[in-house]
Amino acid sequence: MAKWTNISQIKQSIESGSAEEVTTSYLDIIGKSKMNGFVAVSDEAINDARKIDADGHDGALAGVPIAIKDNISTKGLSTSCGSKILHGYVPPYNAHVIEKLKDAGAIVIGKANMDEFAMGTSTESSTYGPTLNPWDKERVPGGSSGGSAAVVAAGEAPVSLGSDTGGSVRCPAAYCGVVGLKPTYGAVSRYGLVSYANSLDQIGPLATNVSDIATVMDVVGGYDARDSTSMKHENNYHDALKDDVDGLKIGVPEEYFGEGIDENVEKSVWDAIQKFEDMGASYEKVSLPHTKYALASYYIIAMSEASSNLARFDGTRYGHRVDGDNWHDMASKTRADGFGDEVKRRVLLGTYALSAGYHDKYYLKALKVRTLVKQDFDKALANVDVLMAPTMPAPAFKIGEKIDDPLSLYLADVNTVPINLAGVPSMSVPCGMTDGLPVGLQIIGNHFDENTIIRAAYSFEQNTDHHNNKPPEVA
Amino acid sequence: MVYENPDGVRIGLEVHVQLNKLNTKLFCGCSTDYHDSDANTHVCPVCLGLPGALPVLNERAVEFAMKIGLALGCDIVEQTQFHRKNYYYPDLPKGFQTTQYDFPIAGEGKVVIEGEDGERDIGITRAHMEEDPGRLQHIGSIDKSKGTLINYNRSGMTLIEIVSEPDMRSPKEARRYLDKLRSILDYLDVFNGDLEGAMRVDANVSVFMGERVEVKNISSFKGAERALLYEIMRQKNQIRRGGEITMETRHFDEAMGVTLSMRTKETENDYRYFPEPDLVPMRVAGRVPDVAATLPELPDAKRKRFLEQYEMSNMHAKALTSHIRVANFYEDVAAKVSPKDAAVWVADILKGELNYRDLGIDAFTLDDIIEIIELVIGNKITEQSGVEIIRAILDEGGKPQDIVQAKGLLKVEDDIVANAVGEAVTENPEAVADYLAGKEKSLNFIVGKVMQKTRGRADAKEAREMVLAKMRS
Repeated sequence: MAKWTNISQIKQSIESGSAEEVTTSYLDIIGKSKMNGFVAVSDEAINDARKIDADGHDGALAGVPIAIKDNISTKGLSTSCGSKILHGYVPPYNAHVIEKLKDAGAIVIGKANMDEFAMGTSTESSTYGPTLNPWDKERVPGGSSGGSAAVVAAGEAPVSLGSDTGGSVRCPAAYCGVVGLKPTYGAVSRYGLVSYANSLDQIGPLATNVSDIATVMDVVGGYDARDSTSMKHENNYHDALKDDVDGLKIGVPEEYFGEGIDENVEKSVWDAIQKFEDMGASYEKVSLPHTKYALASYYIIAMSEASSNLARFDGTRYGHRVDGDNWHDMASKTRADGFGDEVKRRVLLGTYALSAGYHDKYYLKALKVRTLVKQDFDKALANVDVLMAPTMPAPAFKIGEKIDDPLSLYLADVNTVPINLAGVPSMSVPCGMTDGLPVGLQIIGNHFDENTIIRAAYSFEQNTDHHNNKPPEVA
Repeated sequence: MVYENPDGVRIGLEVHVQLNKLNTKLFCGCSTDYHDSDANTHVCPVCLGLPGALPVLNERAVEFAMKIGLALGCDIVEQTQFHRKNYYYPDLPKGFQTTQYDFPIAGEGKVVIEGEDGERDIGITRAHMEEDPGRLQHIGSIDKSKGTLINYNRSGMTLIEIVSEPDMRSPKEARRYLDKLRSILDYLDVFNGDLEGAMRVDANVSVFMGERVEVKNISSFKGAERALLYEIMRQKNQIRRGGEITMETRHFDEAMGVTLSMRTKETENDYRYFPEPDLVPMRVAGRVPDVAATLPELPDAKRKRFLEQYEMSNMHAKALTSHIRVANFYEDVAAKVSPKDAAVWVADILKGELNYRDLGIDAFTLDDIIEIIELVIGNKITEQSGVEIIRAILDEGGKPQDIVQAKGLLKVEDDIVANAVGEAVTENPEAVADYLAGKEKSLNFIVGKVMQKTRGRADAKEAREMVLAKMRS
């Protein structure tokens, strides 16, 4: 556990001490960790920190270590998406967000564990084995950005980047008791993010507090010509750090408190909403009627896109290869050996959904449902400023508990996937505990209205202590 | 005369045109100038399909595609859309090809060709944009090769696939269509057809309204004609023997000159097309007027103008307008000498000599041809000497004046010819008598004597006139 819990403490330490000291301290902690949160540690981190000390740097993240999900391309540092098929692959280029982080002086300290190709809710499908939840080592940290959340919760990195296709930042943030933001689709360039489902993927930060989320977003957000889906939308996230929710209108979607919801989760979320009321906000119940179809739509679209995205992993150019009698034999054997079960399941289902004769029945229908889900959000957010709901219906489950029951794993995403279908931003913030495990409150906003979410979350943080809860060994 | 099409032949062509005159590839900034470069030197994360790389549509490629669409009389789509065509092949780094599916950049249009029985419209179904895959290169010969190397320099090059209706009724019409298409593309200055793989052809052929067979891997226009001739004969023979034609894809073996079955319909790929999520639509409809304004005068229009403006024969007009550079060359020559002389010298003589040597019009300079024509018109050299100078320049190099000097081609003075004529007539009274008695051949004998005396530098036609005049005097 590092002695720093946020960026401003680190920056103070660097001013009075050095960036090298900070990075060394984190590297020591990572070296001793048994969490399996990191799958690769950067050899360059210490040199980068020394360089900051030697040359000086006035960037917003000068000398601040950051953990990067293993599906974001880092030049010279292994990027394997938690998959055997990418063993040995070292990107020759940096993702847009990495360039931005480096420009701001951040120290890329290592790569965080994840579900293979971001397909999962538990980080158990990683070829490197599961990451442990710092709150309970027998439980999963959530997924797919489980490593990114766990290392922040355990104090192995002050901030991290994850990616969120159907909840992959928010789920582990909730399970590990940290803050995680899925920005609006198009707010952060995906250039260099290894695609799982392109129309849903979005890179997002994780941190111990809302202010650090804003700091990282100010660095990584913004237009990038190399990602055609990135949007020209100027925003200053720091401007939203105000303790003021007076008059804020909250919508509470009833569909997000459905069957199977954990009682304590439900209570924590309602307590949080009441707290907002006490702080000057008001709430009303709203309906997102197509929520029940969102999960099916999401999985069809995500798997369809994934089946095509993952076609390039054939052992020909990079990564793992199993030799064969001819090219097709080599590619088949490589894919059979290199992909895990969950990836194979999704590639097969996606291939099926796009096949002649089924394309209209599944893929096209899923796109239509997606439009309806989007309209749900447009309507609801026309009358309220934000929506609030549980991020996950239940707290972190045990490692191995659900891995053989993919459907029950898919169902856990019920409150997070509609947000990706709609493309709107959403944040998970700690809002209480159930049986010693953190609960996440999900705050959903309108397109490119991250600032209202940040203002609400920041105000909540200023007026509550939930974010100060620390895992047993850390506390 | 109407062409009966006795075998009910229907041919449709799919022509892939590589827009190699673009500076960069379709979805990345890599240079397209790779033809003389080492393998895999014109590549980046995008065209190598590295994990995480994303495509960005080349706006100029869209403009080129629109130009082609407009030149073929096609409707241009409102906004671009790209799809993924999913299939596995080692030259395809992403495991799918980014192409256009139900919204091609250009819709229906037509090309006019000289058909079996006069001018004929060949319908264009569509023209769409897509990316070129890389190239496989075998170590040693393909059958004994120990391995295959992949060169991704070509990967991501912009292709336009132009799909025709099955409106061609013979391999000759198919060839004419290809020539016309090439001519139009040359005019548009969107590609260099001389580079390897700049135009690739797949053909769909059927006879007697039967099932169509697709013939792939045709790499030249000559190859297209041969492949089609073979395939039509094969289908006819099959039917004659009581067999059936089934829908299939065949491969043209250029060396053997035959088509071989690749796959039948049952084993056709399911490409699982779906919209490319990494590219957003680009609205292009509003740019049509601007792009249309950049279109040059096209071959058909130029031919009509040449006919009217220069009063030339239809044959000359066709010969001079099939290549834009020849047409421009002609107009430059016509501006200096008479259009008529220019037509004869460029279309008949110069083009003949160039074709014989497999050379393009660029192999000859404007100044040289103008100088040669002026020498002939000015009566300084004979027409035959003009041709000799052209040949000398093409085969050995040099400038017209020097060649004239070196070869002693200047025509001799008129009085020398007159003297020679006088001598020839005086010295050969028998031949003169024979001619006057009606033996036409005797005239040639006397003219031959004149040429002998002038060592060939007299103009034979003029000498003949002079001999006749002398004999009658």
